[in-house]
Amino acid sequence: MDLGPHAAFIVAAYGMAAIVVLGLIAWVIADYEAQRRLLSDLDSRGVTRRSKSEAA
Amino acid sequence: MALIDFANPTRFLAFTARALPWLMAATALAFALGLYLVWFTAPDDYQQGATVKIMFIHVPNAWLAMGAWTVMSIASIGTLVWRHPLADVAAKSAAPLGAAFTFIALLTGSLWGRPMWGTYWVWDARLTSVLVLFLMYLGVIALWRTVDDPSRAGRAAAILTLVGAVNLPIIKFSVDWWNTLHQPASVLRAGGPAIHPAILTPLLVMALAFVLLFVTLHLAAMRNEILRRRVRSMWLMQAHAAQGA
Repeated sequence: MDLGPHAAFIVAAYGMAAIVVLGLIAWVIADYEAQRRLLSDLDSRGVTRRSKSEAA
Repeated sequence: MALIDFANPTRFLAFTARALPWLMAATALAFALGLYLVWFTAPDDYQQGATVKIMFIHVPNAWLAMGAWTVMSIASIGTLVWRHPLADVAAKSAAPLGAAFTFIALLTGSLWGRPMWGTYWVWDARLTSVLVLFLMYLGVIALWRTVDDPSRAGRAAAILTLVGAVNLPIIKFSVDWWNTLHQPASVLRAGGPAIHPAILTPLLVMALAFVLLFVTLHLAAMRNEILRRRVRSMWLMQAHAAQGA
């Protein structure tokens, strides 16, 4: 595929956009794992939410 | 189930658990189709040559830059008027996504501008107003991080967001109101798109892919924020219990 004389600009644009998008996805996944870890840590120490303890 | 039922965070979490796998699959499919069309069927532009390929990521991200702020503005009304339990969760979660899409739009625009205009940057009305939008995203994110209480932070961020929404029509019409180096609208304009279908179709498929990506990440980030607030309330309960003991 011939991208012409400005190939470097095209490749850089797609490459940098991919890095930002993949970084965003990784951040969302890492944040989810972190919150789940914190919740399970609190759960294991017997701390429950008020609505949960009232329902029990 | 009515839409209002999703106002309950627990129901919303159940909904995201069901919807996210489908949204992820739809996003991946849309990107696969879009990238195939861009790299294997879309012709080069008669003037710009292959650099027109940058448009397929620049334009959807520029649309989403404004779209994410629109979502935040609607959510801000929900926070200020109805105090909807998920409204500030939605606004807060959209801000980093909008900032990232705006950053991509600025970056790819700059990389497109250098070979076409002869410069990476020019202080014209369109580029400057989008840079202002990016700075406003950073401002809202900073505000959320500054105020510890989420409900107080939510109200302050909602006011800032609604004030900042004034910038959206400025961005949209900047190319009509002022003499700019940036070209006028060629898709969302009166009289219909001015782009040939061979280029318009891949552009719309890529736009759909980025919109699906935004919806997927937004739902996932909202789920994270709900969990973060649960952790916070449990820490507070634990601290109160420790004080009472």
